[in-house]
Parts: sequence; C-alpha cells; structure tokens
Amino acid sequence: MKYAFSFLAVIALILIAWLGSQIPGMPYLFGIALPYLAMMIFLGGFVYRVVQWGKSPVPFSIQTTCGQGKSLDFIKHDRLEAPDTTAEVVARMFLEIVTFRSLFRNTKSELHDGPKITYESSKWLWLFAIIFHYSFLMVVIRHMRLFLDPVPFWIAWLEFGDGLFQVGAPTWYMTDIGLLAGCVLLFSRRLITRHVRFISLVNDYFPLVLIFAIAVTGILMRYFLRTEIDIVNIKQLAVGLVTFSPVIGTEIGAIFYIHLFLVCVLLAYFPFSKLMHFAGVFMSPTRNMKNNTRAVRHVNPWNPKIIPHSYGGYEDEFREFMVDSGIPVEKELPPKKDEEKDEE
Amino acid sequence: MSVPKLEQLSQSVVQGPSLAAGAIPTRDWMDIPVKFTPGSYAYVAKKDKVEYLNSQSGLSFPNAREWSPEDDDWKLPEGWKEIILKGLQERLGKFRSLKIFMDCCVRCGACADKCHFFLGTGDPKNMPVLRAELLRSVYRNDFTLGGKILGRMVGAREMTVSVLKEWFMYSYQCTECRRCSIFCPYGIDTAEITMMLRELLHLVGIGINWILEPVSNSNRTGNHMGLQPHTFKDNVEFLVEDVESLTGVKPDISFNRKGAEILFITPSADVFAEPGLYTAMGYLLLFEAIGLDYTWSTYASEGGNFGLFTNNEAMKKLNAKMYAEAERLGVKYIIGGECGHMWRVVHQYMETMNGPADFLEKPVSPITGTVFENAASSKMVHISEFTADLIKHGKLKFDKSRNSHIKATFHDSCNPARAMGLIDEPRYILDHVVDWVEMPENTIREQTFCCGSGTGLNTDEIMELRMRAGLPRANAVKYVHEKHGVNMLSCVCAIDRATLTSLNDYWTPEVGVCGVTELVANAIVQEDETRGELEEGLRTMVF
Ligand code: HEM
Ligand code: SF4
Ligand code: SF4
Repeated sequence: MKYAFSFLAVIALILIAWLGSQIPGMPYLFGIALPYLAMMIFLGGFVYRVVQWGKSPVPFSIQTTCGQGKSLDFIKHDRLEAPDTTAEVVARMFLEIVTFRSLFRNTKSELHDGPKITYESSKWLWLFAIIFHYSFLMVVIRHMRLFLDPVPFWIAWLEFGDGLFQVGAPTWYMTDIGLLAGCVLLFSRRLITRHVRFISLVNDYFPLVLIFAIAVTGILMRYFLRTEIDIVNIKQLAVGLVTFSPVIGTEIGAIFYIHLFLVCVLLAYFPFSKLMHFAGVFMSPTRNMKNNTRAVRHVNPWNPKIIPHSYGGYEDEFREFMVDSGIPVEKELPPKKDEEKDEE
Repeated sequence: MSVPKLEQLSQSVVQGPSLAAGAIPTRDWMDIPVKFTPGSYAYVAKKDKVEYLNSQSGLSFPNAREWSPEDDDWKLPEGWKEIILKGLQERLGKFRSLKIFMDCCVRCGACADKCHFFLGTGDPKNMPVLRAELLRSVYRNDFTLGGKILGRMVGAREMTVSVLKEWFMYSYQCTECRRCSIFCPYGIDTAEITMMLRELLHLVGIGINWILEPVSNSNRTGNHMGLQPHTFKDNVEFLVEDVESLTGVKPDISFNRKGAEILFITPSADVFAEPGLYTAMGYLLLFEAIGLDYTWSTYASEGGNFGLFTNNEAMKKLNAKMYAEAERLGVKYIIGGECGHMWRVVHQYMETMNGPADFLEKPVSPITGTVFENAASSKMVHISEFTADLIKHGKLKFDKSRNSHIKATFHDSCNPARAMGLIDEPRYILDHVVDWVEMPENTIREQTFCCGSGTGLNTDEIMELRMRAGLPRANAVKYVHEKHGVNMLSCVCAIDRATLTSLNDYWTPEVGVCGVTELVANAIVQEDETRGELEEGLRTMVF
C-alpha cells in the first residue's frame, strides 16, 4: 500500500509536468519559475533546519564510544572509535561520512533452536547505500557541466573515469546504472526484509521512487530520446538560470520538463524530510563529540540550579545514630538535659 | 507471573510467533494496542515515595496516587495531553540530540535486531527504531509541517491515552544500553529517546517503584538501599571481619573522615548483598594491601544513580552529593568502585551538572605517582584504572593460582563500554589474576549485550521479561561455558552482579558471577596474611 502510493504520487507528478509543459507559456513556469522556487525552498529550508537544530544546545557530552577510550599510557587508545582530540573527531566523522563505517559494522542476528542466537556480518545495506550515494554524488557533480561554461577540467576527468567501462555509444556511465540499481536495491530491501518493511512509511518509499524516476528520465534523455530534446537550448537555459538571465529557446522537449520538475520536487521536499540526514549526520552529538569529559569540563548552558539534600539535613536526621556508632559529626548532640526539658 | 520453565521459554523465544522469530505481522504497528497483564510491567511507584520526592527542592514528581497499569483509567492529571506536548516542546529546545534523532532516522533498520529486548521478546515495538517511532509519530503530528498536513500517511498520530500507555510499556523495556546507537549510521541513540519518554511520563505521574523508591532512599539516606549511617557502617565492618578471618589481615577503614586523601564511593548494593559483598571485600583488601589513605562516606554512600533513570533533575540532585561530600571532607580526589550506570553519570554528566570540581586536585596515584590525566578535571578515577596502574608498576604481588579453580569470562557492562570506553583496563587486570577467555566477538566490548535488567528493571515481577532480554548475554555465556568450561562471569558493575546472577541461575546455572576486584583480592599476596588452603571450587572470598 505504502509503496504503491509512492508510485502513484510520482506518476501524478510526471503527468503534471508532461501535460503542463505542453500548454503554451507554461515552459516558463516549469523551466524557470519552479526551478528558482525549488532552489529557494531547498536552500532556505536546509539552512532553516540546520539553524533550528543549532538553536538547541547540547547539554551533555553523550558520545558513544565504540572502542577503548584514552586512559593509561599502556592501554592502547582507539583514536577513531573513542576520539579524544578534535582531529580524532574529524577523522571519525570523515570516515563515517565517506565510508559509512557504522553500517559496515552491521550484523544479522538469527534465533535457532536451543535457543541459540547467532550473529553474522551483514554488509548488504552498506553496499546498497554506498552504490546509491556515490552514484548520486557523481551524477550531481557531472550535472555541473550544464551549469558551467567553460566546463572545468576536473569534471571532464570524472566523466572519463565514470565512463571507463565503455559500453555502446554514447558512453554509459557507471553511476547512471549505479543510481538506478541503488534505488531498486534499497527499495527491494525495504519490501523483502520483514522488519524493515514493517517500519517503512510512505516517506521512506517516496524519495526512492522519485529519485528512480529522475534517473530514468535522465537516462532516457541521454541514451534513448536524444533527438527529442535540444541539448544546446538546455545548456543555454541552465547557464541562464545560474547567471540569473534565463532564456528558453525553441522547443526543448517534454521529457526534459518532466526530469526537471521531478528534481524541483526533490529539492523542495528535501528540507522537510528524512533526507536531512545528510546534514544531521554531521551534527549528531553521539558521534561528533570528544570522549574527554573527565579531562575537560563540558558546559551545559541551561544547567538548572539544584542542590543535594544537604549534609546538614542528613546529619540532623541521623545525628544520634551517627554519634552512637562513632561516625564523626559536624555538630555534637545537644546535652541530654536540654532534650529532657524540651519534652516536658 | 511466575517465570516459565526453561524449556517452555526456550521454545517460545525461537518459535514465537514473533517478528524476531520470523513471523510477519499482519497489522500496522499503530493498530496494535498495548495490553497490560501481570508480568508485563513493573509495579508503579508508591504514593508516599512520589510525594516525598515531589516535596524535595529542585525536583518535580507530580500526581502521586494509587493506580495500576491494568486499570483503564490511569488517573491522569487534568490537561495531561498539553503537559506532555509542552514537555516535549521544552525538551526539543533543550536537547539537540532529541531534535536530530527525531528528524534524521531513515528507517534503514540497521538497529532493529541489535536490541536484546527485541531478540528476547520478538516484539516489533522493541526494535529501537520503532521504540523511537512511538515518540516520533507524535512529534510529526504536532511539530512538523508534513505531519500536520498529511497525518497518518506520513507516520504521524495524535497523542492519546493509548499512545501514552504504549510509551510506558516500551520505555520500560529499554535498558538505555546504547547498543543500537553503535550500528546506526547517524549514531541515533535510542537510550536518549527512552530517557525523554521517561521524563515525559513523570510529568503526568507515571513511574515505577523499583526506580523511585531507590531515588528517594538515595536522597534521604545517601544510598539506594536505604541504609542509615550506622547500618551502612555496620555492614562494612562485617565485611572487615570477614576479610580478617579469611586472610588474617584486618583492613583499616574509616567513615566520613576529614583529611583523608581519597574518598571512595561505590554502589551500596556491594556492601549489602551477595555476590557484590565479595567485591566490596575485595576493595577493602586491595586498599589495605597498598596502604591507601581513604575514607568511606555514609552521606555519599551510593555510587549508582537511580536518578539517571527518571529525569535529569533527579540525576543531578543525587549526584551532587559526591562532590559536596568530597569538598566537606577535604579529600584530594575520588575513586569510584565498579558500577555501570554510575560511570555513565560520572563520566558524561557529573562535572557538567555539578562541577567545576576546582576544590579537588588532579588525581595522582599515591602509590605509583601516576597522574590520571583522563580525569584531570572531574577528579574521579575508576577503580579499574587505578588497579591496572598499580599492576603495571608492580605494586601488587599476585598468586594467580589462588584463582585456579576459576575459569572466567568478562562481561562488558553497557555504560563503561559504550559511554566511557573503559574496555581494556579490566582485561589487563584479569590477565594478571585469573585464567579467562572472551565471549564471542559480537557480544563483547562495544558490542556487548546488556544483562537485560539495567535502568531499574531488575525487579522480580517482570522476571520473564528480564530472562528474555538477558538471553543474548546468557547465550554467549553458555557458549563459553560449553566450549571452554567457563564457570565464572566477571564484570565491573554492581547491578550486573545482581542481575547476571538471576540470569545465569536461569539459563546457565553452572556459571557464577563476580566482580573483577574480587578476583584481584583473591590473588593478592600480602605480608602477615594467614590464608588457609582453599578447597577446590570454593569461592575464595567465602570462608
Ligand atoms: C553523509 C552521510 C550519509 C549517510 C551515512 C547516509 C546514509 C543513508 C542510509 C543508511 C540510507 C538508507 C537507505 C534505505 O534503507 O533506504 C540513506 C538513504 C538516502 N540518502 Fe543518504 N546518507 C548520507 C548522505 C546523503 C546525502 C549527501 C544525500 C544527498 C542527497 C543523501 C540522500 C539519500 C537519499 C535520497 C536516500 C534514499 C531515500 C530513502 O531511502 O528514503 N544521503 N542514506
Ligand atoms: S539505524 Fe538509525 S537510521 Fe537506521 S532505523 Fe535505526 S535509528 Fe533509524
Ligand atoms: S538502548 Fe539498548 S535496550 Fe534501548 S533500544 Fe537500544 S539496544 Fe534496545
């Protein structure tokens, strides 16, 4: 149901763009107005979310240590897993972000008769996520060639590398296939792994379908419907968009508007969705803090003023017992006589 | 409420039907209401305990009353829903972790089968991600645009009484062990979510007695057992006598002594009940062997902090006694005994809450001269750090053969492992005092499995739950018992000493439980001692 709904939503979006862009005048909406709007929502929303997170303080240093902390000289410190300095934290975060180290650790547990529980390494999610994210990253970078004139040399290099395993002409990029495969694999995993299926929401299927559709329309344009679109006009529009002087030349092709519209939807959707994990991973206190809390005091800006049940109050309650059993006290017991008088 | 027979439970865990055991749920989790039956929940806090706590400055534990989770009517206060939502809003503003954890989960499920409660109960709502969704769904509904517009379609739902009941059920089926956090690509720590849920529940008067009674005891008498000063002293003195009759050496001890160099604080359970007693005897013997100038305190006689399991205010109030007492007695620094969650508080919260500890001195071992740079600011040293350093400098003389009737393994307690990185110090110590082996690799160090009864859940009425949740740990113990003949599970945690004992009694009765310092003290050779020859298989601290 939930995944079916995601498909429906994406199909509806495609129809909107397809039919919409056929109406005279509408290319300006789909080609210029919506991209600007989407970009504004994306940038504004992204900054807003990050600022909102930043506004809440980090009252306690709650790093999770995944290895030996810094301790005595002869105990080997695991500098990546329990970082003690800023440089070590940066290294931990860097590897987390470029290699998905935590996912690499993943295991699969199984219950067997006995009962016996087994754990085995399970790197599928890691693999799928790596394929997906790196392909996505490369595709985004390659798109820069549309917006930049002249095209920087390093983009050409990346393209060359990406197309190294040449199949057919025009060259198929590995990352195009990777992006499609990544979406399909992650999507299938969601459907097939029973506990993941149980927790999945529309918001989990939708972005995958959306990105899949973006990739498909992109691939169609590049490899199959080359003649339907006018790449020179597209480049002109793209450069125009980034230089704030957009022009729409002659007929560009509906497939392009569909592609672009879906990208706009992704951009606008991004800041309000779980896709914000991109920014969140950098700010997660369990990972980006140092494990040096006993060596350097962490300050809580809202530290409430709370004092313990005082020693004085404690001694007042138990003084007699304390004196009787020879525990030192601050105030001696009052002389017996007074006490008797009080009672009279 | 009695615990099922071993065979019965063993079957039920594997065959379910449950998600963990392979069954596929047919209904959306939001449509499955919770049902409270005897054994599925811990007894709720007694009215007088809640009233007492609520009367203490800085604390708020409202809505004291008689009630039971099995009742339909939980006697919630007027406007409870607004209280909860306001409480949530306030916490979103106070804890960045909460905001980020609410927003960033991609429901990838990497954390799902990492939780011992999920593995043992098979209940999908015990998957960390779903435990968090219990709160996240309400967050979406009231604090996000998408949730406000699209509602249930995007996983949002309104805060209702049945949601509240669900929170109670599942925030007390999480031991805040943080194992899930290790595997999450964003480090999402479901323990933080559980803490928030419990804080929110306390706002409307929902809490359990096994936690709130210890909190009130700790506040009043200084320790969670409720031992008054003279009783606490008596208990330790009994242990001194035991040590003397066992070894011929009488440890010199003092209480609340001003001018001592070091204040020693350990969980009070260690001076109260087996097998923790032996660890406490171990401390006495160890400190005597090196002639340490230290004092016990009856006012700060609890290392453990049950406040951690309620809200950050109670945690702070209880913890504040440690520094207050260290300052009053004029000691140089504090040594803390073996305890898991105590060290979470000491390592990650104490100085932030109750520091700066500028009235104390940077800890230096009086025996070896080692400066504990890693505790330079908070001025509290872990007993394993202290002991490992003594061993490294050859200050302790051991006869390892005294532990030769023991084949040990080591249980990393959740908090020292995942909230502190205290992993190799106890191992270094064990290497010197006992023959021991590791449990399987996915169940130790940072991947260690909880005893299943932490965070104040070691209460008898939920024994079946505890045995289920402890299964992953017990299973690893059983494995090394069968493979290597392990007969002793050592640990550095007082709660563990109590809970693992019940756990082993159930799953692997052949394996005992002990503290690392107990093994140290067993092996220590001292001048003037007159230890008898010990019979094979006898616990050496027992005479
Ligand atoms: C930097 C560290 C990042 C990590 C560790 C990370 C990790 C993950 C993981 C584990 C998934 C879940 C896959 C699934 O089960 O569906 C995911 C999904 C996804 N991520 Fe990332 N990600 C990162 C950065 C990014 C960035 C920079 C983007 C930029 C667009 C991004 C976009 C996505 C998208 C579109 C999905 C799939 C949609 C979905 O499953 O909902 N991620 N990511
Ligand atoms: S591992 Fe993290 S992101 Fe994945 S489902 Fe669990 S909490 Fe969410
Ligand atoms: S903190 Fe531990 S008990 Fe709680 S959800 Fe995570 S793994 Fe389970």
